[in-house]
Amino acid sequence: MTANLATVAYLGATILFILSLGGLANPETARRGNLYGIVGMTIAVLATVFGPRVTLAGMPWIVGAMVVGGAIGLFAAKKVQMTQMPELVALMHSLVGLAACLVGFASYVDTSVVFSGAEKTIHEVEIYLGILIGAVTFSGSVVAFGKLSGKIGGKPLLLPARHWLNLAGLLLVIWFGREFLRAESIADGMLPLAVMTVVALLFGIHMVMAIGGADMPVVVSMLNSYSGWAAAATGFMLSNDLLIVVGALVGSSGAILSYIMCRAMNRNFVSVIAGGFGTGGGAAAAKQDGAPAGEVTAISAIETAELLREAKNVVIVPGYGMAVAQAQHTVFEITKLLREKGVNVRFGIHPVAGRMPGHMNVLLAEAKVPYDIVLEMDEINADFPDTDVSMVIGANDIVNPAALEDPGSPIAGMPVLEVWKAKTSIVMKRSMASGYAGVDNPLFYKDNNRMLFGDAKKMLDEVLAALKS
Amino acid sequence: MAMTIGVPRETFAGEKRVATVPDVVEKLVKLGFAVAVESGAGDAANFADDTYRAAGAEIVGDAASLWSRSDIVFKVRPPSLAEVGLMKPGGALVGFVWPAQNPELMQALAAKRATVLAIDCLPRMLSRAQKMDALTSMAGISGYRAVIEAANAFGRFFAGQVTAAGKIPPAKVFIAGAGVAGLAAIGTAVGLGAIVRANDTRAEVADQVKSLGGEFVKVDYEEEGSGGGGYAKVMSEGFQAAQRAMYAQQAREVDIIITTALIPGKPAPKLITAEMVRSMRPGSVIVDMAAEQGGNCELTEPGQAVVKHGVTIVGYTDLPSRLARQASTLYATNLLRLTEELCKTQKEKGDGMIDVNMEDDAIRGLTVIKQGEVTWPAPPPKLPAAPAPKPVAAVPAEKKSGHGHGAGAPMAGGTLAIILAVGAALFWLVGAYAPPAFLAHFTVFVLACFVGYMVIWNVTPSLHTPLMSVTNAISSIIAIGALIQIAPPGMGGERPDALIRWLAVVAIALTAINMFGGFAVTRRMLAMFRK
Repeated sequence: MTANLATVAYLGATILFILSLGGLANPETARRGNLYGIVGMTIAVLATVFGPRVTLAGMPWIVGAMVVGGAIGLFAAKKVQMTQMPELVALMHSLVGLAACLVGFASYVDTSVVFSGAEKTIHEVEIYLGILIGAVTFSGSVVAFGKLSGKIGGKPLLLPARHWLNLAGLLLVIWFGREFLRAESIADGMLPLAVMTVVALLFGIHMVMAIGGADMPVVVSMLNSYSGWAAAATGFMLSNDLLIVVGALVGSSGAILSYIMCRAMNRNFVSVIAGGFGTGGGAAAAKQDGAPAGEVTAISAIETAELLREAKNVVIVPGYGMAVAQAQHTVFEITKLLREKGVNVRFGIHPVAGRMPGHMNVLLAEAKVPYDIVLEMDEINADFPDTDVSMVIGANDIVNPAALEDPGSPIAGMPVLEVWKAKTSIVMKRSMASGYAGVDNPLFYKDNNRMLFGDAKKMLDEVLAALKS
Repeated sequence: MAMTIGVPRETFAGEKRVATVPDVVEKLVKLGFAVAVESGAGDAANFADDTYRAAGAEIVGDAASLWSRSDIVFKVRPPSLAEVGLMKPGGALVGFVWPAQNPELMQALAAKRATVLAIDCLPRMLSRAQKMDALTSMAGISGYRAVIEAANAFGRFFAGQVTAAGKIPPAKVFIAGAGVAGLAAIGTAVGLGAIVRANDTRAEVADQVKSLGGEFVKVDYEEEGSGGGGYAKVMSEGFQAAQRAMYAQQAREVDIIITTALIPGKPAPKLITAEMVRSMRPGSVIVDMAAEQGGNCELTEPGQAVVKHGVTIVGYTDLPSRLARQASTLYATNLLRLTEELCKTQKEKGDGMIDVNMEDDAIRGLTVIKQGEVTWPAPPPKLPAAPAPKPVAAVPAEKKSGHGHGAGAPMAGGTLAIILAVGAALFWLVGAYAPPAFLAHFTVFVLACFVGYMVIWNVTPSLHTPLMSVTNAISSIIAIGALIQIAPPGMGGERPDALIRWLAVVAIALTAINMFGGFAVTRRMLAMFRK
């Protein structure tokens, strides 16, 4: 295959990738979108393998690596539970980061292409940046994986003077970058490069450790963005337009997703990245006087079933608790039963419900809930006053009225699902503990609110049984 | 020692309701009370003595022994003076009392050192109190029944029909006053197929009228008629003139008028004059739900249905009682909720004792006599009548543009200028120093960023997880980098081939995991999304 043919093939692959992302605009075209992605990737890989830059000597290695990696990948994709999606995605991001590092090092020690002058400097800057981003993505994703799978605690780790630590790291990276560019030989350059890699790895760990569990959706999409930028940097390094384009696509998509998530929590992107929920003393002070008082009314599963049976309009608001309890199938059974009885059951999804963007939608889709009754926050918030029963399953902060009513609350201004405007709201929860944000929830004390304590799966099974009888 | 709740038979002529029903008896017993019911108390509402007995109540043969043994008496209508005489000294009474209208009764009860909870004095503005609001539940029943009475007296269908025997126009119903009773009447009349119009001096109920399928008729005059506590107030002269004109017009147009206008503590306003009745078509019906307070129509005779000028005027004062079983059930539940409130401070759950806690706003309002001491009228509840304005300002009034293009509001001019300036400077730097090869890549890079930006805004939020996993799979394009390193043409020489190869092989394996795993898991997820 000639160089021209390979370039045209790359162009085709690029178009397919753009179509692939565009296809996700709605569920009907999404499956085709995924197919475009697969075809694009196949074309890109084949064009490279049979292109002018790869000789026959490499074939066995390529095939071997592909088979091993592909087998592991397919196995993981088949085994993973839908509730574990965030972990899997985080883990996969780390692989891209690690690969970017390896490619960067390999490119640096490769002497077959000789650069000089400004080109040499730019090439080395690209290598340096590529490895930097790759290393941050790698270690950050590994920590994110640990947090999401519960291997590392969800609470933010706040080192004293952490902003100064980050700043020191940045200065160190810049200084070693200068050393790296001045290095005469590859051996001389290796030390600054290695030191920078270690600093970048530490920076990645520190960054994600400092971010609280509730901000995980932002982190996951941010790491997604980083893995894209790492690919783009690698593309610059290797003068490969396909890598640049695809990296930029992925990078900007992740960045926009992060922005959407931040907006959904009314948080500043920088403050999420800088880490720690409710930084500064304001939140702690507000918490003391903001403790809502009143009485909590408990309800039994049978009474819940009665309320649901008599309702005309029901809105179900799922949260991470539903994912943990694996209750989505029972939720669907209840939904199906109620819809057969003519009850209008719909779902309200908060943009940051769960641990990654769109987490709840995937779980509900797994349970075969039709997607046209699964609505976004903005679509459903206006309907709560006409709703008879709103049922909150394992969610807390995303239905906290304090966000709208108490300007001193740490989550003030965050858009929330206004479940308390329904005639009756039922909150299913294990206990009275506060959510990830550590903020007490005045919803529980409202007169029209009922608490259904217990494991979400167990309680929903009881509700289902009561509905059937 | 558990207290005994006594439920006597209602003695008021024609009253068919009873203050408790078997289902509620069961729950009262669970709260720890003993329940005694006078024999035959529920007969008129179709609750036989046996059903009460089965629910755990004791049936007492005569009123005198029931009154004398009960610590708490549940009543519907205010007790007669004779009944008060039978009452146990220091006992409690729960029911409708109307202390303003019945000063003698109040004196007699106070003389008995009784504690009296008047369900009609409930502070209705407390949302907590809604479950005990018997006025509301009775008004709802009255509204329903008023339409049924009207339909009974009306000689035509409510719903319009086109039949082989000719076209039938739908009945036109006008409802004056859209309180609880009015709204219930609107709902019922709409359900029967009539064209329904309604009016109320409180402008805020217009939406409620519309939500039930009625049409809100405005009075052509500017004045706000909300009098606090959810009631209407007396309106000005000018307004009343405009209102009269509107009623006169409605009277000429409609077939049925249902009036529900009441002002607390005052005789009902006379909305429908004899002149208006005369202007109505023969066979029309007026149901005057305010008959007990003098009536909204000049020609109403309380308690009677009369025909005047060819118009049937229904002035029944016992509308809830005409639906005795339903009314009793709701009333009994209201009293049960009240009892639960009284038991809230019980030391032991289910010890069957009540505590009249005067610190509680709802109970304070209800209590008109406490151990012989008249505590009526209650001071206004501590809660402000109108809810304090919510700190809406704290919520950024951000209008989301949703999908489409980027953030909502356009950026401030100053910020935009700074960003553009910084961007221009960066571009100039790149242009001045970078080699041409880099510039080509740079162009591609910047354009790709914008394409990504535009494409992603169109992705629906429900697909954010598949989006992430597909972009993750796509980012394994980095494999290309490793592929071209593994064995490029012109190997050998100083190039450390083995080292590079191993690095590249590992990188390929890692990205292959991603590539295959990412696409496969996306596929699996998307396959689940279905309509």
